[in-house]
Amino acid sequence: MLTAIAITVDGLGFAAWLFLSSVGLTLIYGVMRILNIAHGGFYALGAYSSAWAIGLYTQTGNTVALTFFIIPIAALAAGVVSGLLVERGILRFMYGRDEVLMVLVTYAIFLILEDVTKLIWGTQSYVAWQPAFYFGTVDVFGIPYTIYKFIIIGVAVAVGLALFIGLNRTRIGKLLLVVIEDREISGALGINVRRFFTVTFVIGATLGALGGAITAPEISVSPGIGAEIIVLSFAVIVIGGMGSIGGAMLGAVIVGFARAASVHLYPPAELFSIYLVMAAVLAVKPYGLFALAESRKI
Amino acid sequence: MTKSFDRTELGLIIALPILICIAFVLPKWIVNYVQVSMGTGLVALGVMIQMRAGLVSFGQGLYFCVGGYAAGMAAKFMGISDLFVLLAIGIIAALVLATILGFLLRRYREIFYAMLSLAVSMILFGLLSSTEDLGSTDGFNLPTATYLGWAPAGETARLTLYIITCFVVIGCAIALNRFLKGPIGYINEAIRENELRVEYLGTSAHKAVHITYVLAAIVSSVGGVLWALALGHVDPEMTNWTTSGQFVFVSILSGVGNIAAPLIGTFILEIVRIFAVEISPNTWQMILGTVMLLTIIFLPKGLWSLIAKKKKPQKERLAASAPAAGE
Repeated sequence: MLTAIAITVDGLGFAAWLFLSSVGLTLIYGVMRILNIAHGGFYALGAYSSAWAIGLYTQTGNTVALTFFIIPIAALAAGVVSGLLVERGILRFMYGRDEVLMVLVTYAIFLILEDVTKLIWGTQSYVAWQPAFYFGTVDVFGIPYTIYKFIIIGVAVAVGLALFIGLNRTRIGKLLLVVIEDREISGALGINVRRFFTVTFVIGATLGALGGAITAPEISVSPGIGAEIIVLSFAVIVIGGMGSIGGAMLGAVIVGFARAASVHLYPPAELFSIYLVMAAVLAVKPYGLFALAESRKI
Repeated sequence: MTKSFDRTELGLIIALPILICIAFVLPKWIVNYVQVSMGTGLVALGVMIQMRAGLVSFGQGLYFCVGGYAAGMAAKFMGISDLFVLLAIGIIAALVLATILGFLLRRYREIFYAMLSLAVSMILFGLLSSTEDLGSTDGFNLPTATYLGWAPAGETARLTLYIITCFVVIGCAIALNRFLKGPIGYINEAIRENELRVEYLGTSAHKAVHITYVLAAIVSSVGGVLWALALGHVDPEMTNWTTSGQFVFVSILSGVGNIAAPLIGTFILEIVRIFAVEISPNTWQMILGTVMLLTIIFLPKGLWSLIAKKKKPQKERLAASAPAAGE
């Protein structure tokens, strides 16, 4: 019973973290058809800038409460700056190229971003635990959990809702859905597809950075976190169907629970279980659970 | 076969004695790097033959690792140290695994192929990193190789392994060159251009992709066995996606124009890495990424196209100007 509760809460925690980290990836793929490996780089930039800023702030000795404003600001700064630089500086010259080639391009950008993080923040680890313990802990059937974990879950739900409403209930969101549906026709209808690309990419990058920034207080931020998150995010969006936000949510829940279950029941299978679930889903639905149907263009 | 002797094949055969002579002339550390990069070069070859069909494998490290670990486990648990037996074990392991996985992977193309191959290699990574009997993330050591009962030691052992590596690598390269110039090699190029038409012409694209996948796996596992024996060590990092990414990098950089290109590319990369890490260790990946971007933008067919263009400018230009019908 205790294990079941632990799996549920941890599963939700993992799911929230995974959703925040991978929703930007699926958004960018849906709109731009770019499988953005550099997303791991944005995640790392967000985590580093958040941990670094929190560290600087807490040294001044002021109240920890304000760090909750620092986290989103750090994510926004990291995501917008790096996203704009990457999109305007490199990607916009490559649009219309082969999808596989774009994977390689973003892989190259990922490598560059990895070293940019190292050059800015060095190779040592950053620990910024203060926000995670600010609100203390709460007992769920006798198991103590930090309230911060539930805040992350709340943020993930809020981001999911905001994206859903933004896409389905606003004018810009609906135009974006048109672009996702058919890029060529929407261009012919007078939608500035290129501008949507830029905006989407920056939003996606910021979401990636937010995923990193919000997780930073819970982990030790060190080199290599970007490479780690990217393979997990891939699993999430592939399970859900690439380009589908609802799919990313479902994928995050599936992967989150798979991971939590293996952590509590059989720890050595942690990484293994995630990909096993992914392989099982793909064996039944080759393009993910919520994959968009695509017409074959000959 | 072809009416005249294949020039690539001739080049490879000429390269063999030169490679062997290097061992006696050049300093030891360079020879070591040549040997190591021959192992990883074979994996890059595996990536390259799949790229001919337009398929980018972001998980070729899987078979690199399968080869290395199969040989390592045979040595560790069964006490086998004979190079030829270890090679056979590595090949069989890769053959079995690739044949099974091939049924799944051959259904996918483009980024799905890339991601699924990545996912499969990460399954092994997760499995190996948490298996304590195999040293978890630290891996374990391999013994010095023996050859049909002969067990050299010290300098002789090093030289023997080097020379045999040369023979195996050149042999693999020649075999793959013939494969690329054979029926399936040409079908692969057709798959890259337009798979639907391949099917209409009455050939199974799935079958061709499957065979290519298995072949690539075997070559990579041979590379893994040789690499592991050269270093005397294996660890799960061999199948991490960042390792696989470097193999893709080499294939992009050197291009898919010629079978020798990935082998040379791997060696150049290895040498550049030594100096880059020495001079500024924290910008090594940045250099890699920048070079990769520049290659993709300015030399889409890789460095090899610089050499190939000079040789036959007329033919190249004709091929380039020919309209791509039906696009």
